[in-house]
Amino acid sequence: MAEVALSGVTKRFRTVTAVDGLDLTVADGEFLVLLGPTGAGKTTTLRLVAGLERADSGTVRIGGHDVTTLDPSSRDVAFVFQQYSLYPHLTAYDNLAFPLRSPARRVPEAEISQRIEEIATMLRIAGKLQNRATQLSGGEMQRVAIGRALVRRPSIYLMDEPLSSLDAKLRADLRLELKRIQGELGATVLYVTHDQTEAMTMANRIGVIENGRLIQVGTPREIYTEPRNVYVATRLGQPAINLLPAGLVPNGAVPAGARTVGARTEHFRIKKAAGDAAVGRVEWIEHLGDQNHLHVAVGDQKIVTLVDPDARLERGDGISLALVDPLYFDAAGNRIRGGG
Amino acid sequence: MSATSDQAHSVVAPSGASKTIAGALVIVYALVTIIPLVWIVMTSFKTPPDSIAYPPKLIFTPSIEGYCNLFTTRTRQTPEYIAALPPAETECDRVVRSRNMVIAGPSNVIPRFINSIVIAFGSTFLAVFLGTITAYGFSRFKVPLADDLLFFILSTRFMPPIAVAIPIYLMYRTIGLSDTQLGMILLYTAVNVSLAVWLLKGFIDEIPREYEEAALIDGYSRLHAFVKVVLPQAATGIAATAIFCLIFAWNEYAFAVLLTSGTAQTMPPFIPFIIGEGGQDWPAVAAGTTLFLIPIFVFTVLLRKHLLRGITFGAVRK
Repeated sequence: MAEVALSGVTKRFRTVTAVDGLDLTVADGEFLVLLGPTGAGKTTTLRLVAGLERADSGTVRIGGHDVTTLDPSSRDVAFVFQQYSLYPHLTAYDNLAFPLRSPARRVPEAEISQRIEEIATMLRIAGKLQNRATQLSGGEMQRVAIGRALVRRPSIYLMDEPLSSLDAKLRADLRLELKRIQGELGATVLYVTHDQTEAMTMANRIGVIENGRLIQVGTPREIYTEPRNVYVATRLGQPAINLLPAGLVPNGAVPAGARTVGARTEHFRIKKAAGDAAVGRVEWIEHLGDQNHLHVAVGDQKIVTLVDPDARLERGDGISLALVDPLYFDAAGNRIRGGG
Repeated sequence: MSATSDQAHSVVAPSGASKTIAGALVIVYALVTIIPLVWIVMTSFKTPPDSIAYPPKLIFTPSIEGYCNLFTTRTRQTPEYIAALPPAETECDRVVRSRNMVIAGPSNVIPRFINSIVIAFGSTFLAVFLGTITAYGFSRFKVPLADDLLFFILSTRFMPPIAVAIPIYLMYRTIGLSDTQLGMILLYTAVNVSLAVWLLKGFIDEIPREYEEAALIDGYSRLHAFVKVVLPQAATGIAATAIFCLIFAWNEYAFAVLLTSGTAQTMPPFIPFIIGEGGQDWPAVAAGTTLFLIPIFVFTVLLRKHLLRGITFGAVRK
């Protein structure tokens, strides 16, 4: 395992700048998640580290060596793709053995079989090794794909939304397994996703990326509670943060220059109210079992928040709203600290 | 199909009646296609009188005379000369002597057949080999003027062979390639390579790049990745392309009749010659045709499995 450092990396495709002056260091043994929507430049960043794309400017270092111009095969990285993950003409075993049999490595067959056995047990696919790739279920295929990265001991594992094509249950299982395995191996992982749950649960640090620029890097907690701007704030939280004009909902002292208030579920104090005390009206309640999503209208503004299933609110009820320590943003969308 | 009354009718599964009609149509079409082939094979085992009997004979005593005549040259002799010969050693000797002839030597059919095999398979191999690597290049790399080049490659196929046959004949005579196996292989390769490039580009475009990228990261060079990952997945397309190329090269007549006369002559221009050797010897012609059909039949049956397999289906989640 090794530290991976990108400095000032820029990649353009014709007129589009996919990655724009990116500085990012993944520490040895760290699980770093790049979070951002489709087209933000996450995958291009991974491909730049892997050597599948060549940077227009800037440098990529792996373990202190400048690998900016090296071929993928000389970089000692492992890559898990979102799909097309297995060689369809080979068995699961041969898929796992493929990187070890490469001209760059030529691991003896006895050692290959030993390593595959270890990894197959770890990923619970030992019984499926002789199946052709095409005969595996989606979950098994993705386990084998992850296994194909794990049989090697590369400097860094690069993972491009490896769980996104799986169903919810399997995704949750593999998420835990992946984190456990990463801990056991002490692996350095650069992981790309647009799924905030994956980012929150697996990452040591999250990097939020937008239009090829890295907006903020920090622990999941920091990103959640101390977002640098509106964009970062909207990346995390379920239901998503409510962005309200300052002064719409009563709260304490609003800092100077604040134009937008970012209110998450935990910032709201909601009570049933009638007459003048009723600031908002319940428009809809989504019952999700363990929690309820409350849709509230305050004037023209819609607010979505969580509400205790025991709170006896119904559609049409008037409610009073108060905010406790919400986030404040200025006209440009940057966060203003302090206040309320 | 077990469609009980309380189940909704499927709008996509064919009903019993339409399946029966489809089956009947397939059988009719198969008969229309197969009967001429069966007739050729039957004729090859008839005697010359049986082969031209009217009404045509469906039941007849099989004879190998057609094959004896195909593989040998014969001379006519007097009955006295034949009676004085030692007893016939082979069935062919006996059959030929019954027509007052003796076998003078082998015919040219085996060299011609070998020419056909060498030229057709040689040019197919070359066309598919060049086609595969060219198609891969166009599919995966930024080739300057790629569209124009691909159109140029296709345009080489526009001209009917007969229109360029005379210039090629003159050119080949000058450089010493006329009536040579190499000349015919190069010519058929040139004709087929455009078809091969276009067909294979379609197949290779369908293979996701991620497989090669995975192989590159797994420590393989571009060439290794091509051989280990792309070729196995393109096998279906390569097999289909090979069949098309082989069928063209095997059946080609216009170039062959103009550019070959002896040492490199292939079966298509040779078969008509059989008719001329001693009257209209239809069983021998049919025997030659039967022999001519076998390789393409075997090749197609062998690759049929590849054509149907569709090995990549199911491995890709889209």
